[in-house]
Amino acid sequence: MTIQVAVVSGKGGTGKTTVTASLAAMCSPTIADCDVDAANLHLLLKPTIKEKKPYYGYRFPEVDAGLCVGCGACETYCRFGAIKVEDRAVIDLVACEACGVCEAVCPAGAISLKDRQCGEVFISDTAYGPMVHARLDPGVGTAGKLVTMVREEALKLAGKDGIILIDGPPGIGCPVIATLAGVDVAVMVVEPTVSGYSDFTRVLNVARRFNVMPCVCINKHDLNEDYTRKVIDYCKESDVRVLGLIPYDREIFECVRMGEIPALHNKLKDSYTSIFKNLNDVIKERMKK
Amino acid sequence: MRIAIASGKGGTGKTTVAASMALALIKAGLRVTLADCDVEEPNAYLFLPGGEMGVEEVTVSMPVIDKLRCTYCGKCADFCKFNAISVFLGNALVFPGLCHSCGGCSLICPESAIKEVPRRVGIVKRARPMEGIELITGVLDEGEHSSVPVINAVKGGLPKSGLAIMDCAPGTACNMVSAVRGCDYCILVTEPTPFGLHDLSLARDVLEKMGIPNGVVINKSTGDDSIIEDYCSAHGMHVIGKIPYDDAIARAYSTGKAALSESPLLERVLIGAYEKAAKEAEKP
Repeated sequence: MTIQVAVVSGKGGTGKTTVTASLAAMCSPTIADCDVDAANLHLLLKPTIKEKKPYYGYRFPEVDAGLCVGCGACETYCRFGAIKVEDRAVIDLVACEACGVCEAVCPAGAISLKDRQCGEVFISDTAYGPMVHARLDPGVGTAGKLVTMVREEALKLAGKDGIILIDGPPGIGCPVIATLAGVDVAVMVVEPTVSGYSDFTRVLNVARRFNVMPCVCINKHDLNEDYTRKVIDYCKESDVRVLGLIPYDREIFECVRMGEIPALHNKLKDSYTSIFKNLNDVIKERMKK
Repeated sequence: MRIAIASGKGGTGKTTVAASMALALIKAGLRVTLADCDVEEPNAYLFLPGGEMGVEEVTVSMPVIDKLRCTYCGKCADFCKFNAISVFLGNALVFPGLCHSCGGCSLICPESAIKEVPRRVGIVKRARPMEGIELITGVLDEGEHSSVPVINAVKGGLPKSGLAIMDCAPGTACNMVSAVRGCDYCILVTEPTPFGLHDLSLARDVLEKMGIPNGVVINKSTGDDSIIEDYCSAHGMHVIGKIPYDDAIARAYSTGKAALSESPLLERVLIGAYEKAAKEAEKP
């Protein structure tokens, strides 16, 4: 069976991408970058793009200025403040949710919904395995749908018995939900800080709504040993496996500066190797279920 | 004046800048409303605790189908672009999590069988953690998809005049866009790494598209910030402040202490950044 592992965090900048790249370097999985509106994994894995596929989000409205009578019905009914009518209707595509109400209420038939490309999906090769990643046009609001497309492409590449390793987005909203739905294991990268702890508990609660095995890596563990202990205790109480700890080391920041994968550095290798080993045990357990 | 703090990349120090800037400004005698618009993971209250004043629920409207009137014609399900209604075999189901509250279904129903009721998706908390700072925090309920209604509720609670600093979500998707919309200036907090640069350039694209003036604060500055500075000078963007890479700031942050208390330098940097931002924001 295909096993899907997603790396999430709640809080941004806790080290999802460095952990994902490090795990990828150790197990040659099919790799998917689902942090589609701020994708960074390609900066460490340096993929060669083989194929590009256009991403169409929703169908967005277009106004035929020749037919528009400027009656203002669309503006009245639009709940997102995305249409202003002065002489003719003008649509603000950044605010538009593509619900189609304007098209439905227009008495002149001047508005129609049209396909609009709002991003691209890339199928690539890396030194560690095939990779699917994407680019969302700036300010477009359908990140969750693009996440789903990236995951579908990754599933096609992975075949029947592959491992898919997903670099997830921060937060707990729609892109995270689209990332977690249907995955087997969620690796949560937690920073031992007051905010990292709070954000971790929120994303764990969201993951609990899915049939996913959550587990934890504590990054920068020696930045604050009190919070590291708090996270470990919370995991014990909640029956969540702690895969391992990564030190607070300027070297990791330097790796990111240089675009290098931390696990490939001798000094840092051991912590990532032990996380990888423990993750493997979790995956085996999951496969038995 | 509304100043948004965004970044593209997560964890670059938005909350550190927002909370510490608010503290620096009240020391300088100003009054500030700090709005936490990162409603998926709101954190500013952890650095400015106390002074709770009240909590309000945020609701969205959700369709409810009157089964006595419904003829199961399926027009609502056909209309809904978000697959939030399903009609089959004499049954009509609403999936609240998928609904965008556009009102299209009730508008389209030929039997007037759909009415809308409020559904809770989060809360907005108000606090006055200290004299001079009012903190408005939006919190999205766990399991909800869309931050936008909660962000809009936070912004709806901002005073009509006066100074507001808005801590935004990472990324460049709808949660970031709806937070920065309508602000007078946006400070982009970045770090001198390829990650920081990449996401800075995405965030700038959004702001340029929206016509929002913007500038950069480089956090975790190591002395060599050319990766960001070269980009900024090539794109006519101003670096309005630099915060050094400092373990003391990271450790203070980890315990919930606003970085300002640890670093006197920071006060000068953030006041300087604010003054530059305010000057740009006031340009006609």
